[in-house]
Amino acid sequence: MMDFIISNLLTLILFTPLLAVLVLILLPGEQKSLLRWTAFVLSLIPLLLSLVLWFEFDPNQAGFQFQYKLVWYSALNSSYHVGVDGISLSMVLLTTLLTPLAILASFTIEDRVKVYMALFFLLELGMLGVFLSLDLLLFFVFWEFGLVPMYFLINQWGSEKGEREVWGGAKMPARVYASFKFMVYTMAGSLGLLLAIQMIGGVAGTFDILELYQRWTSLNQPLFGIQIGAVKSIAFWAFAIAFAIKVPVWPFHTWLPDAHTEAPTAGSMILAGVLLKLGAYGFLRLVLPLYPYESKFFAGALAFLAVMAIIFGALAAYGQDDFKRLVAYSSVNHMGFVVLGIAAAAFAADTLDANIALSGAVLQMFNHGLSAAGMFFLVGVIYERTHTRNLNEMGGLFPLIPVYGGILIFTSMASLGLPGLNGFVSEFLVVRGSWPIFTLYTALAMIGLFFTGAYILKGIKQVLHGPLNEHWIGHVSEINARELMVIVPLMVLILAIGVWPSWILGVINNAAAALLAGL
Amino acid sequence: MATETLIWLIPLPPLLAFFLIVLVTNRSKALSHTIGVGAALLSWLGSMVVFFQALRVEHLGEHPFLSSINWLQTGDTWLRIGVQIDPLSAVTLFFVAWTIFMIFIYSVGYHNYGQPKGDHDRKGLPPHGATVTDVHGHSHTVLSVEPMYSRFFAFLGLFAFGMYTLVVSDNLLTLFVGWEIMGLCSYLLIGFWYGKPSARAAMIKAFMTTRVGDVFMLLGLAYLYSATGTLNYREIFYNPTVLNELAHSASGVLGLSAAGLISILLFIGAVGKSAQWPLHVWLPDAMEGPTPVSAMIHAATMVSAGVYMVVRIFPLLSAGAEGGHATTAMTVVAFIGAFTALFAATIAVAQNDVKRVLAYSTISQLGFMIAALGIGAYVAAAFHLVTHAFFKALLFLGSGSVIHGMEHGVLHTGNHKVDPQDMFNMGGLRKKMPITFWTFLIGGFALSGFPLVTAGFWSKDEILTDAWKHAPVVFVVLALAALLTAFYTMRQISLTFLGEPRTKEAEHAHETPWTMTLPLSILAFFSITFGWVGIPEYFPILGGIPKALGFTPNWFHEFVHGTLPLLPEGGAHGAMLALAEAANFDPIPLITSLVVALGGLALGYIVYKNIRPEQADPLVKPLGPLYPVLKNKYYFDELYDFLFVRPAYWVAETFTSKWMDRVVIDGILHFFAHLTGVIGNAFRDYFDKPIINELLGDRVADVVQKIGHWAREIQTGRVQQYMIVALVSIAAFGALFYYLLVLAR
Repeated sequence: MMDFIISNLLTLILFTPLLAVLVLILLPGEQKSLLRWTAFVLSLIPLLLSLVLWFEFDPNQAGFQFQYKLVWYSALNSSYHVGVDGISLSMVLLTTLLTPLAILASFTIEDRVKVYMALFFLLELGMLGVFLSLDLLLFFVFWEFGLVPMYFLINQWGSEKGEREVWGGAKMPARVYASFKFMVYTMAGSLGLLLAIQMIGGVAGTFDILELYQRWTSLNQPLFGIQIGAVKSIAFWAFAIAFAIKVPVWPFHTWLPDAHTEAPTAGSMILAGVLLKLGAYGFLRLVLPLYPYESKFFAGALAFLAVMAIIFGALAAYGQDDFKRLVAYSSVNHMGFVVLGIAAAAFAADTLDANIALSGAVLQMFNHGLSAAGMFFLVGVIYERTHTRNLNEMGGLFPLIPVYGGILIFTSMASLGLPGLNGFVSEFLVVRGSWPIFTLYTALAMIGLFFTGAYILKGIKQVLHGPLNEHWIGHVSEINARELMVIVPLMVLILAIGVWPSWILGVINNAAAALLAGL
Repeated sequence: MATETLIWLIPLPPLLAFFLIVLVTNRSKALSHTIGVGAALLSWLGSMVVFFQALRVEHLGEHPFLSSINWLQTGDTWLRIGVQIDPLSAVTLFFVAWTIFMIFIYSVGYHNYGQPKGDHDRKGLPPHGATVTDVHGHSHTVLSVEPMYSRFFAFLGLFAFGMYTLVVSDNLLTLFVGWEIMGLCSYLLIGFWYGKPSARAAMIKAFMTTRVGDVFMLLGLAYLYSATGTLNYREIFYNPTVLNELAHSASGVLGLSAAGLISILLFIGAVGKSAQWPLHVWLPDAMEGPTPVSAMIHAATMVSAGVYMVVRIFPLLSAGAEGGHATTAMTVVAFIGAFTALFAATIAVAQNDVKRVLAYSTISQLGFMIAALGIGAYVAAAFHLVTHAFFKALLFLGSGSVIHGMEHGVLHTGNHKVDPQDMFNMGGLRKKMPITFWTFLIGGFALSGFPLVTAGFWSKDEILTDAWKHAPVVFVVLALAALLTAFYTMRQISLTFLGEPRTKEAEHAHETPWTMTLPLSILAFFSITFGWVGIPEYFPILGGIPKALGFTPNWFHEFVHGTLPLLPEGGAHGAMLALAEAANFDPIPLITSLVVALGGLALGYIVYKNIRPEQADPLVKPLGPLYPVLKNKYYFDELYDFLFVRPAYWVAETFTSKWMDRVVIDGILHFFAHLTGVIGNAFRDYFDKPIINELLGDRVADVVQKIGHWAREIQTGRVQQYMIVALVSIAAFGALFYYLLVLAR
């Protein structure tokens, strides 16, 4: 039994969510409580399996582990090939951890519970597929697959208030606008990605990522009558833009505040926690190894965009009066550090600085997953009680909800990068790694770091501090046990990484070193 | 237990206390303060053991207590963190442990433990008093207990953890960790009464202003770490090769060496933390916090951390100094320090709030230390750091005691319009609050540098002596600042304690409980005696006493000077360190010290000894238009608001989120979406509809339909007609076949 599990571990992790969907379909739709608890319990299975994976994984061994390969489209030389290294391992753990928490956070959903929960499992399947695939076509299938459930989650279960004006003064419901923007924007990016993937597959004769690492990079003959360098540059940008939209890198970021703000709480948790990481993961798994030369050549441009994201993400967050939008923009700011680290690593791949920057970037992905999910959850908690996201309508809530207040300050501080909590470790590593490589950009990023403080403190100030708004007495109740079950695991991990980061950084560091050694 | 293990353990009790109080005991005030004070006691004990162990080590600077572990993987190597006690951290540990422990005890009394719950007290606001009925049936108002009493001890615990971590660290990274944790606690404690809008504004101001410094410091750390591959003190500051290399590689910025730029980046962190100009604006506002917080965080420990850090990096700061000439970085440091010392002292002269005077005085005194570092007198800076921590903590706690006494009076009269912090409402408190008065007097005299008996005299004198030797300009500025210091201190003492009570409230002020006066007495003890460990050997008469009694003469200098022993004498750094050597006796700085201290005190006494109620400040007339400028702190708050705060918010709200994101970027997206729609509609209107639908689809259908219509004519249902058609058809087809098959052949 155990042998079977170990030898098929990745496939099991990947497809248990699908199994969960089948189970949910068989349950009666009106038994909401049963559906919720079944969904929650089933979502723990991938988590347990990932924990097995975590402990069975050997961080000192370079390359991919737990590989499994099965012919899929033999005519295209595409196969079902999965495997993990330290980078994907940490992302898989993040995904399987956040999914149960998101489901637990969704217990207040009353409308079409069955479909809602099923969509979450499909979403998990899509995300895990991206992290586990070692076949380019498989990667793309999962990449696109994840969009669909999220579209429906925003479109159907998103916030009911609000309108957005579009070109020519037409108005549409905000959640329709947001879900449409999310879907179309990402697909616009995917278009180039698909073409580039097909081109690579056709030219190299395989879609296997590990083989492509060798074959595609070693091509040096002109293709289609065009210089190979030009072809590769075009393909590089096709990949880079697709992933940059997903991260999102400035100026491709404006779908994010809309999607995050309109999505249901749990949707925002997953969106910020995991979905954004898909883009960064794409850079790490595909762009850097497939285009080492182009990555180095364009690293400066990427670093510039990253710094713009850091600065303007923070500034935009500071300018918001909508609590959820403020948190949404903070993702732009934090993911900027991920991209800055990646760009620095791409530029000087053979240095220790690159290794530090890349480890920092991956750790930042994990850390942001924890703190952003936590922040969105806390915004949701307060929204369920006040039914407003407007910061100016809150104020002085601390005496009413001291436990919630403490948790909000804790999580905000993690987001702010307070030493002793997780965000600091990764941001410090990125800054340390990038400084010798992109000195000016790193220095400019400090403007963003400064305003990170400004928007975090603005949030705390407007929600908790100041004179008590008498209106809320009797309406705002303390955080409850179920909600604590969602946030406490996140807080524990935030503290654990902040105080003793090496338990996870060891895994990431070795994978980053291996990745850079392969460039 | 090995001393190293003990050093690791010192910061932990307050941290445990924090978690225990927050998670378990927060509902019980007694349990919470027992845990809090108990933790402070444990850390204090550990610190004392370590301190006295350290004293017994010969040449502690060369053989400090060291212990470290791997913390962070960086490629194939590790970033190690650890603890270290060398002479500098030993003396810092000494004063930190004492002040923290004393302030924990004081807080019990300050937050009215044992008093009844307030009538209308609410979390987030200071207690307003409770009505009690005594045995005779008289009801009167007394002080009420702080509603968030437990929380206060939790925050203090977390803060103490941060400060201890900073002191025992052997590297700049954990120093920064402690530094930032203190920053958080400072933020939380300034805004302890978060219900007050002023406190809420002050907490953010403090955090953001220091964050300006912190981001520069982070860059400095990244630079230093990149350049040397380590952040460990001993591997950088005690390694002549590394220092030399840093001193001689260009940074590419303003012609500074790498060492210079790193020092300045780190120094900006200290400017924020130690509230030096131009980042000084947060400290006076930080007085919104409870007074124990002001004493501990904003006088004795956290703000000292900035100076402590600059003392730590002194070898880097002075790296590259040739032949006794200061480096560019040092000149910057000296300028900022000296300027701040004088600048803040002038503001302090015109403040009426008893705590604000002390806040500006703190800024000014920290400026003295920074200036001392800038001229190379790092031992003098460390000495003043320690003595200042004692007497300034004492003064703040004393002012808290005064405020407490005044609040008692306010509750007695019931006139809540009287500000218990305004010194012009006080007067004559010496009779009502004798312990507070005498201890405050000691603290005030130490701050003024009252000759011979107070600690402040010896440390300030050492700074002035070194300044006289090496930087006469700095000497003049500091001497002027010292004169103002003595003046505003005596102004404060006179207004508060001397003369006659100016309000009814002051008449009914009351001495505070022992939990508050005991810490005052102990700190007063150190405010006098700690100076004696640093009496220069050359000092007439007194200098010889320690030797005669069998002690090391000028022990402090001997001990702390050993912090930097490894640097080669006579080299680039040796030359700079020579500045820090004890100077030979020179009467001019000594006479200056005496004149400014005694002169300032006398002047303050003469001007303020007998202010009547409602009388304006006697300074208003002589200072003329300068007075409102000083009173309003040179309008720096307004200036920064205009220059930075408003533009920043405009850039964030209007420029970035409205214009750039909503209008420009979303506008482009919406345009494309619109364009797609236009193209789609065009296809529909000009291709799909006319060609596909009408031409191909509809026309074909029309033709078919017309044929159908026409063909319908023959579908009449009459059999005769069908027969005729059949016959005609047969005839026609017959003729056709005949033609085709026969005739056509």
